[in-house]
Amino acid sequence: MSAEETHHDSAEVAARVERRWATIAVIIIVMMALLAAFAGIHRATMPQPRVEITDPSRLHLSGEFVESNLGSVLEANGNVTVRAIGQQYSFTPACIVVPADTPITLRATSADVVHGILIQGTNVNAMLVPGYISEQLMRFAKTGDYLMPCQEFCSFGHEGMWGKVKVIDKTEFADRAKGGGRLGCVGQ
Amino acid sequence: MLVNRKLILAHFWLAFAVFGVALTLGAWQMFIRSPIGTWLSNPELYYRSLTAHGTVMGYVFPTLVAMAFGYAISESALQQRLVGVRWAWAGFWLIVAGSIMAVIPIALGRASVLYTFYPPLIGNVFYYLGVVLVVVGSWIWVALMSVNLRVWRKANPGAPVPLAMFANVAGSYLWAWTAVGAALELLLQIIPVAAGLKATIDAGLARIFFSWTLHAIVYFWLMPTYIAYYTIVPRAIGGRVYSDSMARIAFILFLVVSMPIGMHHTFADPQVGAGFKFIHSAFTALVALPTLLTVFTICASVEIAARLRGGRGMFGWIGALPWDNPMMLALAFSFVMLGFGGAGGLINMSYQLDASIHNTQWITGHFHLIFGGAIVIMYFAIAYDLWPHLTGRELIDIRLIRTQLWLWFIGMIVTTFPWHWVGILGMPRRMAYFDFGDPAIAPQALSVTLSAIGGFILLASGIMFIVILARGMRAPQIDAGPYRFALAVHQPTTVPVALNTHALWVALMIGLTLTNYGYPILNLALSSGTSVPAVYVGAQ
Repeated sequence: MSAEETHHDSAEVAARVERRWATIAVIIIVMMALLAAFAGIHRATMPQPRVEITDPSRLHLSGEFVESNLGSVLEANGNVTVRAIGQQYSFTPACIVVPADTPITLRATSADVVHGILIQGTNVNAMLVPGYISEQLMRFAKTGDYLMPCQEFCSFGHEGMWGKVKVIDKTEFADRAKGGGRLGCVGQ
Repeated sequence: MLVNRKLILAHFWLAFAVFGVALTLGAWQMFIRSPIGTWLSNPELYYRSLTAHGTVMGYVFPTLVAMAFGYAISESALQQRLVGVRWAWAGFWLIVAGSIMAVIPIALGRASVLYTFYPPLIGNVFYYLGVVLVVVGSWIWVALMSVNLRVWRKANPGAPVPLAMFANVAGSYLWAWTAVGAALELLLQIIPVAAGLKATIDAGLARIFFSWTLHAIVYFWLMPTYIAYYTIVPRAIGGRVYSDSMARIAFILFLVVSMPIGMHHTFADPQVGAGFKFIHSAFTALVALPTLLTVFTICASVEIAARLRGGRGMFGWIGALPWDNPMMLALAFSFVMLGFGGAGGLINMSYQLDASIHNTQWITGHFHLIFGGAIVIMYFAIAYDLWPHLTGRELIDIRLIRTQLWLWFIGMIVTTFPWHWVGILGMPRRMAYFDFGDPAIAPQALSVTLSAIGGFILLASGIMFIVILARGMRAPQIDAGPYRFALAVHQPTTVPVALNTHALWVALMIGLTLTNYGYPILNLALSSGTSVPAVYVGAQ
C-alpha cells in the first residue's frame, strides 16, 4: 500500500467519524425541538396565545384595571381571576389572595415602565410591559405565603418592589368571596 | 506579517483598560448586594455601576477585542498589509469618543437605564448617542474586513480563503446585521424621545428590536473564541485541525442561525403571540448544532496533538497533552465552562423550563459563565499568544499566566454556580439590595456570599492579566517570527464556492431574520394605541 493510499484511507475514516457525529448532533437537536413541542401541546404550557393591548395612562379611569376591579374574584365556573398592576415601585394589590387547588388566571399590566411579576417557588413568571396585558394560568397545590418580587429593572426603587401571594384553603376563599367584590390580603 | 502593530495594540489596550474598570465595578456590585456588604444607603449608585458594567462588557470590550483580533488575522492570515489603516484609526477614535460620551451621563446618574435600555425608561440622549458612535466605529471595521478580503481574492483568484479570515469575516457580517436591531430601536424609537422630539414610545416593539441584537450579539462575542479554538489552539499545542470544511460549516451555521432566534428572550412578554415564540425556540435549538460540531472537531484536533506527542489508549492520550501550555489550559477551562453554560442555555431556550428561571439570577449566572467564562478566558489566551508578535518581546511569566487562568476559572465557577442556584430559588435580577433578614430570603445569603467571594477572585485574576501584559511591554526583545495559524490534517487545495464565500449565507441570514422578525415587527409598528408615555430617569 502506498503512502498516498494510506492517506486517502485515513481521510475516509475521518470523514465517516465526522458524519456520524454530525448525525448524532442533528438527532439531539430534533429531539429537543420535538420535546418542546410535545410539552407545549400535551401539557398546555405555552406562552399566552393572544396579544391584548391597553392604555396605561387611562388604567385608573375605566376598563378592566380600575382600582375597584383589582384583586381576586371567584368566577361562576369556580375558577379564579386575579387582576393586578405594577407601577414604580409596588404591585396593586400588594398582597394577592388565592385559593389552593383551583385554576387561576392572572391578568396584569404596567401603569408606567416595564416590570416583571415572579412568584417564588413556582414557575409563574411574566413581564409587565406598559401598553400590553399579560395573562398567565396558574394553580397552587399547597397553601402558604409566597414572595412576589418585580423581576425587571424599573428604575431606582426596583429593589423595594416586592409583593406577596397568600394561598389559602379553598373553602375559606369561597367564604370570603361570598360578599362579592374583589379580594386582597393587604395588611393581613 | 503583522505590520500595523500599533493599531492592534491600541485596540487591545483600550479593550483591557475598560475591562479592568468594568470588572472592578462588577466585583463591587457583587459585594455591596451580598450579606457581607454594608447597607447601600443610595441604591441609585448600584444602578449607575450596573449600567456602566453592562455597557462596557457588552458593547465596548468584546467589540474592541474582535476588532484587534480581526486586524491581526487580516494581516497575518492573508499575509497582506491592512488596507484602509486611516479608516481603522477613525473607527478606533469613534469608539473612544462614543465611550466617553456615554460614560459621562452614566457617571452623573442621568442614564441609569442598564445596557438593555428597556424603554419607556429614558436616559440622557448622550448615553444613547455614545453607544451609537461605538457601533458606527465597529462598522468601519466590518467594512475593512470585507475590503481586505476582496483585495486578497483579486490577488489570489479561486484560492481557499484561510480559515481564520473566513471565520473573521463571517463574524464581522454577523455583527453588522445583529447591531441593526438595536440601531433601529435607538434611531427610530429611543433617541427621538430622549432628545425631546417625541413623548411616547412603544415599549413592546422596542423589546422585539432589542432581542434582534441581544441574542446574536452573544455569537459575535463568541467568534474570536471559536476562531482561537480552530486556528490557534491546535498550532499552539502541536496538533492539526481535524477538518477544515467542518470548521467552515460551523462558522456558516453561526452566521445563519444565530440571528432568527432572539425572541427566546421574550418568552414571558405579552407583545408577541405563542407561534413566533415557538419558532424562535426551535431555531435556538438549531444554534446548538455548530457548537456540538465544534466540540467534536476541537476534541479530535487536541487528540491528534496528544497522539503526536506519544499519547496512547482510549483516554490515556489526555495525560500526554501539554498541560503546562497556557493555551491548553485555557482551552480546557473554556470547554468546561462552555459545557455547563451551554447546558444552562438549553434550559433557557425551552419555553417550559424558562418560565421557572426567566429574569432570575440564574440568567445572570448563565451569561457570566458563558461570556465571562468560556469566551473571555480565550480572549486572555488570544492576547497571550499574540503579545510577543505585537510587542516583539517575550512573555516570560508563564507560571503567572497559568495562575491567572486557574484563578479566572476557579473564580468563575465560585461566582456563577451559587448564582444559578439562587436563581432557581427565585431571586430576581438587577436589585441593589436584598433583605436577608426576611426568613424567605435568608436561605439565599450563603450562596450570594460565595458569589461575592468569587467576584473578588475574578478581580484578582483580571488585575494579574493586565500586569502580565504590561510587563510584557518591557520584557527582553525577541524575534517572535511570523504569526501562524493551525493547519488542517488535510489542508484544502480547493474549497467549494459555498464554503469559500459569504454572499449566499449572508442572504440566508437576512432572509431568515425577515421571516422570523418581519411579521412581529410590522404587526406592532402598524398597530396603533401601543405607544406609552416615556418615563425620564432622574426626572422624579
